[in-house]
Amino acid sequence: MSINVNSRSQALETDGHDTLLTVLRDELGITSPKRGCNQGVCGSCTVMIDGTPQRSCITLSASCENKQVHTLDFYKDDPTMQALQNQFYNCGAVQCGFCTAGLLISAYALLKDNPAPNLEDVQNALSGNICRCTGYRKIVDGVIAASKELSS
Amino acid sequence: MSNTVSNTHGLGVVGKSVPKLENREKVLGKAEYIADIYPPHMVHGALLASPHAHALILGYDITEALAAPGVVAVLTGDDVGEGRMGAFIKDEHAIAKHRVRYIGEPVAAVAAETEQQARKAADLIRIEYQTLTPVLTPEQGLAADAPIIHPDLESYFKVFDAGSEANLASRTVFDEGDIANAWEHCDVIVEGEFTTQAQAHVSIEPCGAVAHMDGNGRIKLWSANQSVFRVQANVCESLELPMSRLQSLTPRIGAGFGNKMEPHIQPITVALAMKCGRPVKLILSREEDFEMVRARHPYRIRMKTGAKKDGTLVARSCEVLLDCGAYVDDSPGVLGFSLLMARGPYNIPNMHSEGKLVYTNKIRFGAFRGFGNPQVTFAGEQQIDEIARQLEIDPIDLRRKNVLSEGDPWFLGQKVESAGLAQCIDAVEKASEWRDQIRSTKTQIPGRRTGIGMAITAHISGLLSSAAIVRILEDGCVALNTGAVDIGQGSDTVLAQICAETLKVDLKSVSVASPDTDGSPYNWGTTASRVTYMTGRAVKSAAEKAAIKIKQHAAEMFDCNIEDVELRDGGMVGIIGTDNVLPFLAISARAHWAVGGPIIGEHSLAFERDTLDPKRAVALGLPFPRIGVLSFGALVVEVEVDEVTGQTRILKAWSALDVGRAINPQLVEVQIEGAFVQGLGYALFEEMVWDGGRLSNPTLMDYKVPTIADVPYDIESIIIESPEPDGPYGAKGAGEIGINAVPAAIANAVFDATSYRHRHLPMTSERVFNGLYNSQRKHQ
Repeated sequence: MSINVNSRSQALETDGHDTLLTVLRDELGITSPKRGCNQGVCGSCTVMIDGTPQRSCITLSASCENKQVHTLDFYKDDPTMQALQNQFYNCGAVQCGFCTAGLLISAYALLKDNPAPNLEDVQNALSGNICRCTGYRKIVDGVIAASKELSS
Repeated sequence: MSNTVSNTHGLGVVGKSVPKLENREKVLGKAEYIADIYPPHMVHGALLASPHAHALILGYDITEALAAPGVVAVLTGDDVGEGRMGAFIKDEHAIAKHRVRYIGEPVAAVAAETEQQARKAADLIRIEYQTLTPVLTPEQGLAADAPIIHPDLESYFKVFDAGSEANLASRTVFDEGDIANAWEHCDVIVEGEFTTQAQAHVSIEPCGAVAHMDGNGRIKLWSANQSVFRVQANVCESLELPMSRLQSLTPRIGAGFGNKMEPHIQPITVALAMKCGRPVKLILSREEDFEMVRARHPYRIRMKTGAKKDGTLVARSCEVLLDCGAYVDDSPGVLGFSLLMARGPYNIPNMHSEGKLVYTNKIRFGAFRGFGNPQVTFAGEQQIDEIARQLEIDPIDLRRKNVLSEGDPWFLGQKVESAGLAQCIDAVEKASEWRDQIRSTKTQIPGRRTGIGMAITAHISGLLSSAAIVRILEDGCVALNTGAVDIGQGSDTVLAQICAETLKVDLKSVSVASPDTDGSPYNWGTTASRVTYMTGRAVKSAAEKAAIKIKQHAAEMFDCNIEDVELRDGGMVGIIGTDNVLPFLAISARAHWAVGGPIIGEHSLAFERDTLDPKRAVALGLPFPRIGVLSFGALVVEVEVDEVTGQTRILKAWSALDVGRAINPQLVEVQIEGAFVQGLGYALFEEMVWDGGRLSNPTLMDYKVPTIADVPYDIESIIIESPEPDGPYGAKGAGEIGINAVPAAIANAVFDATSYRHRHLPMTSERVFNGLYNSQRKHQ
């Protein structure tokens, strides 16, 4: 089978049992999505599938045939993602960084949907991404600052 | 909030919230963690865990596993010698040998071409066990007829006077003043039993390691760790290898909180790599990380505190019983530290604390942010609140009356050199509008009650040894090498700031070497809130030594005295009072190519202040003769309790910490906020639950950690700077202290809201609801 990752069609040797996360990391060498729990709870493996943030650790690779999978790496030239990355960088939203790629994907989906989120919007959008280091406040700051940067 | 610190440094990079050096690669998803390392020709490792809490291993049958698809090697206890590791008591083999001591203990390992093949093959290993009666609680462990978990305990090597006997791993007793006769001088005495639960670290990155043996038999080991040197020591002790054969390195670390300080699966990964001759990568699943590694100690605490009518504290006694699990790990340190902190940051003239550490057939308990301090603070700071209420004194006033200040001795006698505690208390009192809050009505929204509570704390930073090497490169840039692992908290950045400040160079011209036992100077570890203070001291002194050499070169080049030259901003040396300058480039070029050789400054130190003053106090089984300098903190929280569900929400928190000097204020704030949230989870819902010997919630589905939806945005961090005389630019530790007071402050606030005193953690909705119900019945 083949899947489309970051706008490139990739032929896979997978037997279909492998999760999308395993395929991305072990077969395609895309390591920005992380395996934190492998159970769909921590959100560190979040990627975009057809424009929706989803957990790649509980998504079978077989189910991604004919779908567009985008990881953080894809958005390196996207102004919305760049704003989020800059503000995470500046606001102290990054500590160990293991959850960061997943958080950025969730935050990106939020800003695409709602360019001017309030505190509650951010809390709702990121409630599926666990960060054990920051206490979340500086992550909220980063998302709000990015939304302001984009609207100015 | 800064005070008493002068602002007289070169580029002023100390005190600035510069973004962390490695943030860019992290926001790009390019940071390389242990699981992101894919060496060529590598195989994947997988573990077989013990299904028994306590059993003898009678034999292994690995034939089926060896024949399974893709399998390259199988490792069991028969493949390792009798070497044992352990920071305080050497009681642990690289992999279970002869006996298993907890459910989840690694008992065999497989290397195979894919992770799935390795995991499948591990299930094909047959082990014959003779099951033994497990010991599941410390009370059971101390019973006269208890099964003995470590029959050879007496012969194990111990680094201190542990007093080990049967299942008693160690005991510690501290005394100061005259506790026996002190109680009769008290007008009010409060006494109670407190229990706290096991908490899992849940670094979002699970533990893992990658090892490879080269053609000369030398091993390279990368692992998720908090100290490449502790990894090296533990692997070499348990596998009986000379340290010269093992190079321990580190990728980026996905947080630690104590979990990655002492060994996890590094020894097994190395043994497997030696056996199969190919690089082995072993990454734990989340479940394995919960079941195999370590967790925060559950405590049983009996505490008694007495005071005079005017609120003067007179006496406190504290007895603790700790479950250390199957191996002691850092437990004797945790026990000793909690007994040292049981007095709290108060002048209490009569003090007794004692504790026992008991082996059980559970996962080992070990270091976790706070290191035994949150548990005793939970008890102690509630008793201060109880006394305040009995004496009808404002809890802040009572604390203020008794807190220690600069020059006072800590419990056992070490003099406190810097103490910004009073300023911390003032700051949270003001920020929280404490006096207005406590006058406000308790119920604004029908069915919900609000309450406010406070707690104060102290913590150490220090311990053991650190070193730094500062090299001036050919072009005048600076290479800093300390061996201190940055686990995500930002120590690389903070140390680079200290180095840049001291040499008056731009932060961008300082590189920080990744810790490597082959090339870095020894660093005990990223633990004990020590890197900024201890390694920072080493960096500052090493940079100063390099500066002297730089100035010596410059003086010779200028043909003047060294006293006549000074460092100037931007990597220059100038003749004092003139515009005559030389860049580091010219000086370093001269050193490299003409005179003297490369410029290197280096400094080593071990923490030097004694914990115990034998003229003041008596200590038995003291695990750390020299421990650290003291940071201080005060915390106020406002809670809301739902009368129908018992659910407690934190509305706001104000946390002030005296960190001596904030080298990087933003990084201190994140420590305050992150520690508060980890403490919030510990206080309200995080709990590892066992069904017999089996951990019943080893997943993030079943073990809840705080999400963004569970925590308030309004966590106000307040930095107080009371400089430590020998700290680098006055700095002392900030990593752990922020968690200590959280459960106690929340419990005091829940009492304020519900009139029920919670002495058992966590304060789940059910417990808070029952407490509310009971206190209402009592008042009817």
